[in-house]
Amino acid sequence: MKTWYKRTCAILSALVVSAVLVAVVGEQVKAAGEGSITGTVKLNGTAPHMKGIDMSKDPYCVAQHKDSPAKLENVVVGSGGGIQNVVLYLSEGLPANAASAVPSQEPTFDQKGCLYAPHVMAVDVDQKFKVSTSDQTTHNIHPLPATGSGNIGWNKSQPPGAPPIETTWKNPEIAIPVKCNIHPWMHGWHVVVKGPYAITDENGNFTIKNVPAGSYTVTAWQEEYGTQTAKVTVAGGQAAKADFTFKAK
Amino acid sequence: MNENISREVRAMHDMSGHAAAVHHAPTSFIRKHVFSLDHKVIGKQYYGLALAAVIIGMVLSWLMRIHLAWTNAAIPGLHLMSTSGAPGDVMTPEFYLQLMTMHATIMVFFVLTTAPFAAFGNYFLPIQVGAEDMPFPHFNMMSFWVTFVGFLVLMASFFVSEGPTLGGWTQYAPLSALGSAGGPGEGMGVVLWAASIAIFCVGQLLGSLNFITTTLDMRTRGMSLWRLPLSAWSWFITSCMGLTAFAVLMPACILLILDHVAGTSFFVPSNVVINDQLQPHSGGSTLLWQHLFWFFGHPEVYIAIVPGMGIVSHVLITNMRKPMLSHRVLVYSMGALAVLSYMVYGHHMFLSGMNPVSSLVFSFPTLVITIPSTMVVLIWLGSLYGAKIRINTASLFALGFISMFISGGVSGFFLAQPSIDIMLHATYFVVGHFHMVMGVAAMFGIFAGTYFWFPKMYGRMMNETLGKAHFWLSFVGTYAIFMPFHYLGLAGNVRRYQAFVVEYMQPLIPVHRFITIAALFTGAAQLIFLYNLIYSRFKGEPAKDNPWQATSLEWSTPTTPPPHNNFGDKLPVVYHDPYQYGVQGSAGDYIMQTSPEKVTTPDEA
Amino acid sequence: MARFFAVTIFVIAILSAIPIVRHTWWMAPDISTHGGPIDEQMVDTMWEAGISFLASQILLAWFIWRFSGDRPGEKTKNFPGGAKTVVWAAFLLVGTEVLALGVFGVKAWANVYFTPPAANAMPVQVQAGQFAFYFRYPGPDGTFGALHPEMISESNENFFGLDTANDADAKDDIVTAEMAIPVNREIHLLMHSKDVGHSFFVPELRVQQDFVPGLDLSVHFTATKIGRYEIVCTQLCGLGHYNMKAYLSVMSQQDYDGWLKKQAALQ
Repeated sequence: MKTWYKRTCAILSALVVSAVLVAVVGEQVKAAGEGSITGTVKLNGTAPHMKGIDMSKDPYCVAQHKDSPAKLENVVVGSGGGIQNVVLYLSEGLPANAASAVPSQEPTFDQKGCLYAPHVMAVDVDQKFKVSTSDQTTHNIHPLPATGSGNIGWNKSQPPGAPPIETTWKNPEIAIPVKCNIHPWMHGWHVVVKGPYAITDENGNFTIKNVPAGSYTVTAWQEEYGTQTAKVTVAGGQAAKADFTFKAK
Repeated sequence: MNENISREVRAMHDMSGHAAAVHHAPTSFIRKHVFSLDHKVIGKQYYGLALAAVIIGMVLSWLMRIHLAWTNAAIPGLHLMSTSGAPGDVMTPEFYLQLMTMHATIMVFFVLTTAPFAAFGNYFLPIQVGAEDMPFPHFNMMSFWVTFVGFLVLMASFFVSEGPTLGGWTQYAPLSALGSAGGPGEGMGVVLWAASIAIFCVGQLLGSLNFITTTLDMRTRGMSLWRLPLSAWSWFITSCMGLTAFAVLMPACILLILDHVAGTSFFVPSNVVINDQLQPHSGGSTLLWQHLFWFFGHPEVYIAIVPGMGIVSHVLITNMRKPMLSHRVLVYSMGALAVLSYMVYGHHMFLSGMNPVSSLVFSFPTLVITIPSTMVVLIWLGSLYGAKIRINTASLFALGFISMFISGGVSGFFLAQPSIDIMLHATYFVVGHFHMVMGVAAMFGIFAGTYFWFPKMYGRMMNETLGKAHFWLSFVGTYAIFMPFHYLGLAGNVRRYQAFVVEYMQPLIPVHRFITIAALFTGAAQLIFLYNLIYSRFKGEPAKDNPWQATSLEWSTPTTPPPHNNFGDKLPVVYHDPYQYGVQGSAGDYIMQTSPEKVTTPDEA
Repeated sequence: MARFFAVTIFVIAILSAIPIVRHTWWMAPDISTHGGPIDEQMVDTMWEAGISFLASQILLAWFIWRFSGDRPGEKTKNFPGGAKTVVWAAFLLVGTEVLALGVFGVKAWANVYFTPPAANAMPVQVQAGQFAFYFRYPGPDGTFGALHPEMISESNENFFGLDTANDADAKDDIVTAEMAIPVNREIHLLMHSKDVGHSFFVPELRVQQDFVPGLDLSVHFTATKIGRYEIVCTQLCGLGHYNMKAYLSVMSQQDYDGWLKKQAALQ
């Protein structure tokens, strides 16, 4: 009679421990992978007129835009009033381990049709990214971080067919202007943040993934309109909502 | 120092001709071959420096030419030369400009100023005046080592993170003064360039000091100024130019460095905006740099060519078996070139924004300087008349110098006129002009001097067959390279372009390919020279003391190579003009300067 | 070998002269009103330089051919007349030729630089900056707005640093990336550098002039032929120097007016 009692206790304890373990670990897995913040960034008011770009100094560039003339991309607003290329990131509330986590993806900042694609690229501190060229004319890439930011600027050319430049940024900076001196209208941004981030698409929609449960300040950054913040609480595994509206000047 | 001078002066005035020891013959390896006070060793060290420099400078030019002909092609291994200048072995625009800047700087300073002047001058000037050494041997040793340090500082710019400066050897401000904002290499690269050149200037000033005092104070008994050989005159005139020209370049470089490191604005005006950022400079003058630079820059090109004129004249006379039509006219012409060279510098600035009246003011002496240049060429040609020209490698290069100087010189007629300069400024026409009249001509002068004096310096002859092959390939090759530059310039081909994307220059690209192929062949031909130099040094046919049956003092040294104090126990006594040829001499149709026999011409005999 | 050398010199001299004589590579045809004297100078100089070049190379070749080798029994002899002939030749021949070139050349230079622009010359401003040229037309008010360097923003296409919000003169300025001018109309080109040294060169127009930071310079010219030409930078200005260019369109007055209207609408 005592033997079956002991065995049952053992099995039961094992089951309880496993369950607890699964619950705890499962909870952690769910918490690290699944929370998110989604939303839309809209423009309140009439979108400013984006001037066309006269690329005539380089006939190759002109030829790339034969069918659709190039325009400035400082404020790109979709049909529903959504603003593209707005960067969203967690400016406050990020736990230390999430803040220092570096995603393994390598975004690409390409030069295509004598414009930067994407116009705005967001990366984490120390996240590897590539600068590539798809054009048959030589460009120079010249990021210009602010003095004192700790990021060191550089200036390198990429002739046609050159291999991509792989590099990182060492410090957060909102945001580093990037220009080409050979084609002076070329202008883009590298936004260097800590922690999860997202960029709005052509409809102004975004989703910041991999947000641990917690309370945060989300900042939206747009190159013309500056920043806006919103306070958001993310429950474990849930999608929180945050919308932003910038006022047209 | 004073003790040395008074010993020299005593030696000179010593009627018995005994030579006081200037410095004892060294015994240790270091004292013999490294830190030597002996002008002959210093001359060879300069030659070695120039040789290393010309190899580097030539390789850089090959890389440039290959890129110009096939712009987007990968040059295997190029990425090893730069961390970011050659991604996938394809040269970037900035790397092309950096290579171009280094090519020009190395060639002008460390080859063309160093070899004909510092190398041969150091070796042969004291001997040709009949001295044991230069009056300031320690300064002389310093001049080489300072120049060498300057070279190392310049080479160091290849190793800094952004690479060397890309602003051309002319380093026009404000591009050169703005720091990294101006572009890759414009920060540390410029500082190292300017430091290197300032150091070089110091070395040359020390050298010039020695050359001038040697010529004026160290001539042996009987060696009046008019009995000096033409090479000695050319070194003397060049060192006078050097003293004044380098003395202006050095402070200019220092001011440029200050603009970089001390927040000054000597060369940067206000309201300069780069990368959408207002630069923190105000009050400087863009044109000030150009004035300072070209005040040095124009005499510099004569510093590069006048020693060549002296060497070529000297070599030619021996190989013509008659003196020049007029020794004095040649000397006066070289002197006139030197003096006028300070008055013409604004012809580099006709379109620079200076008052247009000043362009005419500078044009006038530029046209006038044609007169002494033509005089020199016509004296050479006139002297060839009735001569008995011996054809050997040295004389071939000397004659080649004349041809090249004529070709390069006539393009100067165009560039001297501001109205024509509107069409030719900053085109390949200018590049062709200076490469021919200064680059190739001076190189031919260096080669003539090398083949001529090698027997005296090393006691061995250089191989004549290899020498002639070297000459033929170089003569035809350099014409094939640089004559087309003039056509390109007439057609409007702009210089300092790393690629030709401009539409009207597209039809010119095949010409560039032809030039590149010619350049690679001619470059390869120089290997013959290098091989000959090294082979002959060790295995060349032993040379007699006076293999060319020449008259000047270097051929009368008691041993070949000359002993440590050049002339042994007794300083020579000079009895004759430097070029007694076509006379009844005991040894042949010449009488050496040190020979006491009387001069009789064949008629008088 | 001496004779072979002489022949080589001769052949090289002739071969070098051929492309010049045949104009194989030559200046583009002149489309300016002031270019005639410049082209004349070029041709005159070409004759003088060409003759000097050929004569001296041929003399060199001939003397090498004739006077090489020992020729035993013969003495060395001097050029007839000696050094004096040579010195006089240098002074007279070269001196006068060369100075003549200089004196006659003054007119060509004076045409460009000593004549002020006509009172009704059309002002156009060109700004050179790493690595593009931008042009500015004063608009209907005929006045250029003030430049504010601190307001320059290439990313917003405010290349000149104009304060269009507050400056009435600047509001109607027309900024373009291409330069268009009416044919047969004198243009007064105001030249301004945004950053480092650059230069403005249009070979067909016979115009080349450096931009000097800190100095506002100008040139004036009249184009006589409709067409599209390239303006290239000829002063080393950095890595993009080779691709620093813009197009110059010379148009009929009508076409030019239409073009200007279109550009104004794009501001």
